[in-house]
Amino acid sequence: MNIVVCIKQVPDAKDVRLDPETNTLSREGVKSVINPYDRHALEEGVRLKEEYGGTVTVISMGPPQAQAILTEAISCGADEAFLVSDRAFAGADTLATTYTLAQAVAKAGKPDLVLCGKQATDGDTAQVGPGLAVRLDMPFVTCVKKVRTIAKDVLTLERMMDDGYDVLEVDLPALLTVVKEINTPRFPSLRGMRRARDYQITSLTAEDIGADSSRLGLGGSPTQVVSVFPPEKKGDRTMIEGSVAEQVDKLAEILFDSAFGA
Amino acid sequence: MLIIDKDACIGCGLCEDNCPFDAIAVVDGKAEVNDNCTLCGSCIEHCEVEALSIPRDESGAIDLSAWSGVWVYAEYRQGKLAQVSRELLGIGRTLADKRDTKLSAVLLCADAADVPQQLIAAGADQVYVVVDPALENFNDDSYGAALEDLARKYKPEVILAGATAIGRSFIPRVATSLNTGLTADCTQLAIGDDGHLHQTRPAFGGNIMATIMCPNHRPQMSTVRPMVFQAPEPDGSRTGEIIVEAIAADRLASRTRVVETVLTEGEQLNLAEAEVVIAGGRGLENEEGFSLVESLADVLGGAVGASRAAVDNGWITYPHQVGQTGKTVASKLYVACGISGAIQHVIGMKSSETIVAINRDQNAPIFDVADYCVVGDIFTLLPPLVDKLKERSGKE
Ligand SMILES: Cc1cc2nc3c(=O)[nH]c(=O)nc-3n(C[C@H](O)[C@H](O)[C@H](O)COP(=O)(O)OP(=O)(O)OC[C@H]3O[C@@H](n4cnc5c(N)ncnc54)[C@H](O)[C@@H]3O)c2cc1C
Ligand SMILES: Nc1ncnc2c1ncn2[C@@H]1O[C@H](COP(=O)(O)O)[C@@H](O)[C@H]1O
Repeated sequence: MNIVVCIKQVPDAKDVRLDPETNTLSREGVKSVINPYDRHALEEGVRLKEEYGGTVTVISMGPPQAQAILTEAISCGADEAFLVSDRAFAGADTLATTYTLAQAVAKAGKPDLVLCGKQATDGDTAQVGPGLAVRLDMPFVTCVKKVRTIAKDVLTLERMMDDGYDVLEVDLPALLTVVKEINTPRFPSLRGMRRARDYQITSLTAEDIGADSSRLGLGGSPTQVVSVFPPEKKGDRTMIEGSVAEQVDKLAEILFDSAFGA
Repeated sequence: MLIIDKDACIGCGLCEDNCPFDAIAVVDGKAEVNDNCTLCGSCIEHCEVEALSIPRDESGAIDLSAWSGVWVYAEYRQGKLAQVSRELLGIGRTLADKRDTKLSAVLLCADAADVPQQLIAAGADQVYVVVDPALENFNDDSYGAALEDLARKYKPEVILAGATAIGRSFIPRVATSLNTGLTADCTQLAIGDDGHLHQTRPAFGGNIMATIMCPNHRPQMSTVRPMVFQAPEPDGSRTGEIIVEAIAADRLASRTRVVETVLTEGEQLNLAEAEVVIAGGRGLENEEGFSLVESLADVLGGAVGASRAAVDNGWITYPHQVGQTGKTVASKLYVACGISGAIQHVIGMKSSETIVAINRDQNAPIFDVADYCVVGDIFTLLPPLVDKLKERSGKE
């Protein structure tokens, strides 16, 4: 089975801090990491390969430094890696991103299964997976928490819903986006790390993927960010002090009023 | 590309200070941009000498006047209309009035029951209804094709849907097929003086807000976070038009099939829609300790939330987890008991209206986002608090 996993580099949420004065993002010393959900997508790809045979190809669209996550993916069991990188991609919204990724996936071969994370933790849109599936003319299922079986060309899986979960059958080829319950990602193996050290990542430019330049980057993006600003600051906070009995009294008052309306 | 007019640039550094992506810096007295740039435009807004610009190509724009009307996708599953759909009819009404156009709801189902009337009572002028056995269970192919075909036929200028598991799954499909923009998880919507929909949403886990427009494409599409807008009081005397539509069978064919629907405890507990959430963390120490949080939730009629630490320790199941890898809540009241307030947790709860934090460590970061802070021990505070509230609700 030919498996493609789409991974994105994002700032590490562990390091992202709020500046309490300005309430803005302080990015000093923020590391870039594989989007946490994409680790689970990669792990699922490698597991399915181990069970059903085939190859795992990782693709990332991003600036040159995104190759770090591709190298890491190789050390965690991916076979091939493509970095889709070109200044022409800058400012892409999800529509332009899915166009670019679809062109790159086509270049990388004909997948039976494409895996994405549920969402990227920087933009939090969760739109790239479904959009990419449309462009590849594949059925898709979002928020997959378990792949039960693959028999012939049908995959049986569980997808999270707001009120429980659905068990679904999907015809292959298909695209899935995964949540973290699906598995526990492995650490790089020694063998993997050795392979990663020597592995040459293939870089793809806009021209390499045969892209129509009017559909790329900012120009190919219907949405425009018109302003970026910090969220409204909270009003002053109140300390609830005094003896335990006094604290309990005040708390009861506040909870009662907020829960049942003053 | 971000264009920097080096003659106009005075090297003041305002752009550098206001760049959320570390993409611009003053070098030798002039601004310089690097590869981190996402063309978000923050620097342009802050530049006082107009030295920065992003040229936009407006060619390929469509005829916007052909598109009119505001649509709300009415999410209907397991015989229930999602609360967020009612909320969207509330804000949808405001947007439609501002645009001097109609507000319509779209209902896709196998059996409409009295839902169209409910939608009219909640503010819809029209309801487009597709009833087909293929729509019995939610699936992306059939639902996506149906909404896409209706949108192509009637050309609405705006389509809103809840940012629910269903909305965030098939709405991106529809937007891609219609070759238009989609803004995820919006928390503010308004029609600007320019007549366009201004969609505001949190990014980077809520650390920055962004206002997004889709000026040259139609429809303008948004998924909208539940619990942000007020649902209107149902008005049974409202009248509206019900338009029954049929979608071609081949368009409703699906490459996915629902074999089984399992409703878990999540049915009673739709954390994302709860008005009151009482959450516990590692400070509760064990399962028994955690039950304190459950009894507080009980008296307040609230849902139980948890930090990842509490879930990882097995005191409560994963559907209760709040945060980056759990649910996002925007409740009226959020009480954090024995939760330190790690950024991954805070991301999921900080847009709640009133936040109360109880923690014995006065430096716990949870206090930075709380409205009411109690420095104290949960084991001493919670039992009498629960008793007090029981007494109080018994009286009223
Ligand atoms: C990729 C990633 C994703 C994550 N996603 C999430 C997520 O979705 N949700 C989430 O919650 N976490 C998430 N985390 C974990 C997060 O970083 C924290 O580890 C977690 O939130 C800590 O939980 P806690 O506050 O319950 O525990 P702790 O940090 O251990 O805090 C316990 C608090 O209880 C207080 N306390 C102890 N005893 C008492 C007492 N008797 N009375 C009063 N106060 C007391 C302590 O002072 C302390 O502040 C994620 C981490 C990573 C790396
Ligand atoms: N630039 C990118 N390169 C590769 N994969 C991506 C990229 N952006 C998004 N994805 C994939 O799409 C998923 C959802 O991302 P998003 O829609 O941005 O929240 C991610 O988890 C990735 O699997």
